[in-house]
Amino acid sequence: MVLVLALGDLHIPHRATDLPAKFKSMLVPGKIQHILSPGNLCIKEVHDYLKSLCGDVHITRGEYDDDSRYPETKQLTIGAFKLGICHGHQVIPWGDLESLAMLQRQLDVDILITGHTHQFKAYKHEGGVIINPGSATGAYSSITYDINPSFVLMDIDGLRVVVYVYELIDGEVKVDKIDFKKAQGSS
Amino acid sequence: MQAAEHDAVFTSAEEQEKWLADAMALVQHHAFYMHRALDANNIRDVLKFSAQMLSELRTSKLSPQKYYELYMRTFDELRQLEVFFREEGKRGRLNADIYELVQHAGNILPRLYLLCTVGSVYIKSKEAPAKDVLKDLVEMSRGVQHPIRGLFLRSYLSQISRDKLPDIGSPYEGEGGSVMDAVEFVLQNFTEMNKLWVRMQHQGLVRDKEKREKERSELRDLVGKNLHVLSQLEGVDLEMYREVVLPRVLEQVVNCKDELAQYYLMDCIIQVFPDDFHLQTLETLLGACPQLQPTVDIKTVMSQLMERLSKYVAASPDVLQEFLQVEAFSKFSHSVVEVIDAQPDMPLVGAVSLHVSLLTFVLRVHADRLDYIDQVLGACVKKLEGKGKVKDSKATKQLVALLSAPLEKYKDVVVVLKLSNYARVMEHLDYETNKVMTVVLIQSILSNSTMISAPDKVDALFELLKELIQDSEGQPLSDTVDEEDFQEEQNLVARLVHMLVNDDPEQMFLILTTARKHFVQGGPRRLQYTLPPLIFTALKLVHSLQAQDLPEEGEGSGSVSLKKVFQFLHQMVEALAMVPAAELSLRLYLQCAEAAGDCGLEPVAYEFFTQAFVLYEEEVSDSKAQVTALQLIIGTLQRTRVFGVENRDTLTHKATGYSAKLLKKPDQCRAVYICSHLFWVEDGGTIDGERVLLCLKRALRIAHAAQQMSSATRGTSGPMTLFVEILNKYLYYFEKGNPQVTSSVIQGLLELIVTDMQSEATTHDLEVDAFLASTVRYIQFQKQKGDSIAEQYASIEVQ
Repeated sequence: MVLVLALGDLHIPHRATDLPAKFKSMLVPGKIQHILSPGNLCIKEVHDYLKSLCGDVHITRGEYDDDSRYPETKQLTIGAFKLGICHGHQVIPWGDLESLAMLQRQLDVDILITGHTHQFKAYKHEGGVIINPGSATGAYSSITYDINPSFVLMDIDGLRVVVYVYELIDGEVKVDKIDFKKAQGSS
Repeated sequence: MQAAEHDAVFTSAEEQEKWLADAMALVQHHAFYMHRALDANNIRDVLKFSAQMLSELRTSKLSPQKYYELYMRTFDELRQLEVFFREEGKRGRLNADIYELVQHAGNILPRLYLLCTVGSVYIKSKEAPAKDVLKDLVEMSRGVQHPIRGLFLRSYLSQISRDKLPDIGSPYEGEGGSVMDAVEFVLQNFTEMNKLWVRMQHQGLVRDKEKREKERSELRDLVGKNLHVLSQLEGVDLEMYREVVLPRVLEQVVNCKDELAQYYLMDCIIQVFPDDFHLQTLETLLGACPQLQPTVDIKTVMSQLMERLSKYVAASPDVLQEFLQVEAFSKFSHSVVEVIDAQPDMPLVGAVSLHVSLLTFVLRVHADRLDYIDQVLGACVKKLEGKGKVKDSKATKQLVALLSAPLEKYKDVVVVLKLSNYARVMEHLDYETNKVMTVVLIQSILSNSTMISAPDKVDALFELLKELIQDSEGQPLSDTVDEEDFQEEQNLVARLVHMLVNDDPEQMFLILTTARKHFVQGGPRRLQYTLPPLIFTALKLVHSLQAQDLPEEGEGSGSVSLKKVFQFLHQMVEALAMVPAAELSLRLYLQCAEAAGDCGLEPVAYEFFTQAFVLYEEEVSDSKAQVTALQLIIGTLQRTRVFGVENRDTLTHKATGYSAKLLKKPDQCRAVYICSHLFWVEDGGTIDGERVLLCLKRALRIAHAAQQMSSATRGTSGPMTLFVEILNKYLYYFEKGNPQVTSSVIQGLLELIVTDMQSEATTHDLEVDAFLASTVRYIQFQKQKGDSIAEQYASIEVQ
């Protein structure tokens, strides 16, 4: 059982003060093995905070990130899964699932983590899964109105990944989960 | 007869030990004979030997500590003596006679010890009124004027008389006297003891001053004990305390003009007598404070008192009424002023810490009285008048304590903003400390999640945060400022903006304009941190105005409207662009454009796009930055539905033009095929299959050109990445049903790619292989899908 946290588009401090308190109290150091962030943190303090939760942090560049050294895309393997990260402002039309699927084919990954729209999405297709963890702070977006803060926690176990999405709705944390199984023997 | 008084010059510890040992031995020696006489009931001998024993206490050589040991030894023996005198009484001898007998002792000190011992028995027997005996003893003790000897003697008197005072309810009341007599006795003893104690200060050499003070400290409880006795008397009620005890004690305290005594005794009074006494005699007690010696640490004394009374009201809240009745706060604040006035040499730190103590008192006792708190701050401001920025670091520390206290108590900056003198106190902090304080304020807001919703409070808050937000005279030169610290501070201010919230759009807009008013005075270095959050807050306001469905133009000049907010936005982004902050401003212009588009405001949206393009043309020259900027421009434009044909064409044309002019071929290629999406906008936008195909074809041409360039310069034509990307784009439009994208076009491109990849001229690349493989898998998958998709794909052949 490997826990992978996916969260992004915090936009601190331009659009938000901090993670919601209820999220912060849930994110305890030492419990998570990997953190993947599509980007738009935007300042070093947020990066440091993520590092305090877990030593293995992977971040791609969002268009508002202070640190220009984050890569445009990233690929890594966790267990049986190949994962890719990309902020998504590079993929036009924004939020278009077919175009994102193309990126997924290009990166050749089972799971693509992306952001930019601030809207949670988990899209399953024959090539794999596209996950948008939404905005962890519920930051303003011109693309999506009425955003609830959200993030995703993936539990990777063998060929199976359970995707838990945490959403802060009217002050309460609601959890939903989605199951994905990777076909045996696929590359 | 008094032994000659020598100056008390105490020598080394060794010598002290020796003398004590000698004296103890002699005491032992005389006591032995005394015991023998006691057993033999030989009163004459008893008196003779006891007098000899007591003569050892006539020494001047011992330090207070050593004298105390000797005294205790002798004390034990005197207890035996007392028993003997009592027995004598039973045997029929009159105490009056014994009393007379002991006066024959040669030296005064032994005589007085014996008198006290007999006196104890005398009183107990009730042969004479207690008050008479006590009065006699306390006055005769005047005969011993040597400080240490006198103090111990009177201490002995105090000890043996404790349970024989004619207090209310005691057996000695009535005939023996009244509580008034008891009080009189104790007060007199106290006064004389204090005088002796003070006199020690002036004995001996100047250079031994420190040693003397240490020794005096060791004896202080002897003096203080008297106050304790007074407090234990049943008959000393509030009235007695107020009319007699306190005035007399304070008189001695003030008149003795001794720093050590004054400090100790004031503290003693405060600790020993009950809190409600203090409350009722506050004026008198505080009245003594300005009269004390200037070197007395009066602030600690007053703090102690305030602390005690705070605890008092905390333990029994209904006492609060009394506090208000006696106007405790008013008395304290007057007293603080008086003390400060009476001590013109008091350093600033002393004056400020007095105010800190007073403030602490108010926060604990009268937490609901913001006016009291403001008053205390005001008094401090008055003291600081004319002093400008305080330079003394200790005083500054106290000022910070003063400012932090209300913050910690209420945890709500909005409450603190109501204190009109708060800002004035802050003005006296030096630049660095002021900034520290502003950071404390912001962190309080953030950690307590305090929302500030009134525009005037926002204004007041930013006034307090002046040093952080604006350039000021006191600030250090920009090259000495630590960049990281500066960024952290400004980011704090940015975070703060999101705590300024009001659901009413009118009020929210007022907050925005208030914040702007302050931020624009921050200079170019700050704007890039402070304006973006303001801009996004304004964009949020746009969203909420949209939801409310208000007309475009608000009614009346004051009310908020979409137009007004967009004007505000335009000004803000423009100001940011002038910093200069081109890339950030470009992004924000695009954000505004999209928002304006969503509101149906075509001219406004067009204007924002124009500004973004201008920035791109004139300011964005870095290749990588251009790529991202273009992605954002195209992405935004693709989503914008508000434009009519002309405007849209102009903007699209520009965008595609920029795309083709990017420096690196791969960047060009990608930008151009992304532009294809500008011509395929579903759900009511433009759909132009031909233009899409034109873009894709152009992209292919660029990809070919890139191959040729690579062949020419490196010998190989480079990886096929771009081609596979373009292929995927073809598939995208194929599925969307663009009639221009036929299966044969796709087939052709597919075969081209496969062939080229096998050629030697092409760079072999694992990633491209994988990309092509997953693309082929995708095609195969689509072929197997049900419905029309499979039909579409049927004609495409893949291996």
